Amino acid sequence: MVRRSVLSKITEVVEGLLDPRVRARIDALPRGNLNEFGVDPFGCDPDILKVVAPLMVLLKERYFRVDAHGTENIPGDGRFLLIGNHSGQLPFDAAMVATTVLTEAPKPRLVRGMVERWSADLPFISELFVRAGQIVGDPRTCAKLLDADEAVMVFPEGVRGISKLFANRYQLGAFGHGFMRLALSTRTPIVPFAVIGAEEQAPAIADIRPLARLLGLPSAPVIFPQILPLPLPTRYRIWFGEPMQFKGAADDDDDVIAGQVKKVKNTVQRMVDHGLERRTSVFF
Amino acid sequence: MAKRSLPITATTDVVTTDVVTTDVVTTDGATTDDAIAAVPALEKAPTRTAKKKTTKVTTKTTAKAPTRTRKKTNADGSVVVVEERRGSARSSRPRVLVTGAASALGRVLCRRLHRTYDVLAIDTRGFPDRPKDVEHHEVDLRRKAAQTLIKKKKPELVVHIGPLHDDRTRLRGSALLESTATLLKLVEQVGAQKLVVISSALLYGPSAVSAAFMTEDAALLGGQQHPRMADAIAVDMMVQSSFWKSPATQTVILRPVHLIGPHLDNLESRMLRQEHVPTLLGFDPMLQLLHEDDLVDAVALALAPGPRGVFNLCGTTQAPLSRILEARNITSWPLPMPLLKMALTRLSALRLTRIDERDLIHLKYSCLVDGRRAEKELGFFAHRGLREALADL
Repeated sequence: MVRRSVLSKITEVVEGLLDPRVRARIDALPRGNLNEFGVDPFGCDPDILKVVAPLMVLLKERYFRVDAHGTENIPGDGRFLLIGNHSGQLPFDAAMVATTVLTEAPKPRLVRGMVERWSADLPFISELFVRAGQIVGDPRTCAKLLDADEAVMVFPEGVRGISKLFANRYQLGAFGHGFMRLALSTRTPIVPFAVIGAEEQAPAIADIRPLARLLGLPSAPVIFPQILPLPLPTRYRIWFGEPMQFKGAADDDDDVIAGQVKKVKNTVQRMVDHGLERRTSVFF
Repeated sequence: MAKRSLPITATTDVVTTDVVTTDVVTTDGATTDDAIAAVPALEKAPTRTAKKKTTKVTTKTTAKAPTRTRKKTNADGSVVVVEERRGSARSSRPRVLVTGAASALGRVLCRRLHRTYDVLAIDTRGFPDRPKDVEHHEVDLRRKAAQTLIKKKKPELVVHIGPLHDDRTRLRGSALLESTATLLKLVEQVGAQKLVVISSALLYGPSAVSAAFMTEDAALLGGQQHPRMADAIAVDMMVQSSFWKSPATQTVILRPVHLIGPHLDNLESRMLRQEHVPTLLGFDPMLQLLHEDDLVDAVALALAPGPRGVFNLCGTTQAPLSRILEARNITSWPLPMPLLKMALTRLSALRLTRIDERDLIHLKYSCLVDGRRAEKELGFFAHRGLREALADL
């Protein structure tokens, strides 16, 4: 009982730090599918965002000072897939995109990120992810979410993208085909986005593969300069593109799907290049 | 004949004798539909036969059961001598064989089914508190006695309670498989119309990605590290193979999620009856629970002619473990996985607990299933909400 009251006290204090505008937006999230236990079928409780959001908003506004462009392209209702570039060794780009959609889209939307499978084995993290609507990446779950008209964020590059070396910055890795098959089978529009600035937050000069294998991690980057266990305070620029709608059969041959995937990849690459051109400084 | 008349029965006021009913069952007992249809319509069927045979029966059975004869005038003016045995059944009802009937779930099931069916219960254990009209035999399915009994009784319907719902944790896998194989053979031999097997949705296995609401065609991966689950999966598979091996029998596999209820003594129910329980530090999986009464409803629906195949059964909704414990006012004590595992290993070495450390995985990962097929094809909807089910333990 004591423990419960201490927990609720902490939650209260943290929630008190929340910007009232953000609180109003969290309250305005669609809640039609919550059950009597206050969670949706996947275990997400929008109210937990009130505890997570203060830190996320702090990171977004003060640390990475996100500039968001094209937020009017984010659909206010219905399903959509957010597809973009992944970078920066640690998934702060995902967190910043989700926070931006929550706080700056025309209508607040809760972005459901597809997280790495091994994160389900991490205590606390796994619980927090589920409660905050982040789901272990699995095509079946993803299809269920889209059928429920949710907004799902996918990084088709996966680990290849986030662990790329500094020398390869802003060059997109190979895109997987899974997201396109999902989009086709669930008739979901794709909203492309580009994150500029995350590549410089943790410049990796090498990746020690044997060490990664030994530790069971996707990569073991040597980051320079790694003083704090925090990324560098680069300025993020996030660009959202116009929704793209694709037609066709989800179980088509790989060649056919590859063509459509390439269209998305080219769009994201163009947005990345455009964003880089417009950028005047990495940190300011 | 005389032997058969002994234990069965219940309701009065129907013109019934054993001879008559045997006739009814064998002559028109071709399909379950007919058999079920015959339940309330017995009065009109056997008038003539009854007239002929009652005297014979009366002489045979008077010594065995307290009987009472009375004359009854039929609509057409004929007078029939009616024999009523107190506590004697309407034996034209379809007969259902329940295996593992003395397990907690079997007892709940028998108490419900005996209202509609003639229940033939078998188990290696005794079933002293059974309803009067449930015929119980303490036999082992693998032995000749049980097989002769079933061949003689020719049940039209069979309910097989799967290994996970048997309270005996030390049942050997080979025994389970052997008795299931025997049962499947018997079902084919006696030409039963329906076989309902109560399997479990836990066989899909909780894992990092199993929050995806698995449908019936998902792979059964729960047995990879768990021998008891592996046995249950083998039983499930064996029954699945009878879909095509004996197509004349309508086979139904029910896969309910965690069962809870006041009569059950499984791990889930016991856990939710405590005031303090250990949980895994940092993990809070989503759980689906089903009340025992809802499962019994589903079995009743599955016994009706028509449905066949595999059905997931789940309650109305699902919730995180922490909120379920909160709803029951249970204090949870979060412990790190290695500590909890070590404690369980030590305790079971000292014979202080029978909980398998491998069951801890249910406290770590979710194992959610999609029950829409049962809704659509079986017409099954859980009547108790999660909170209601939790309140009745």
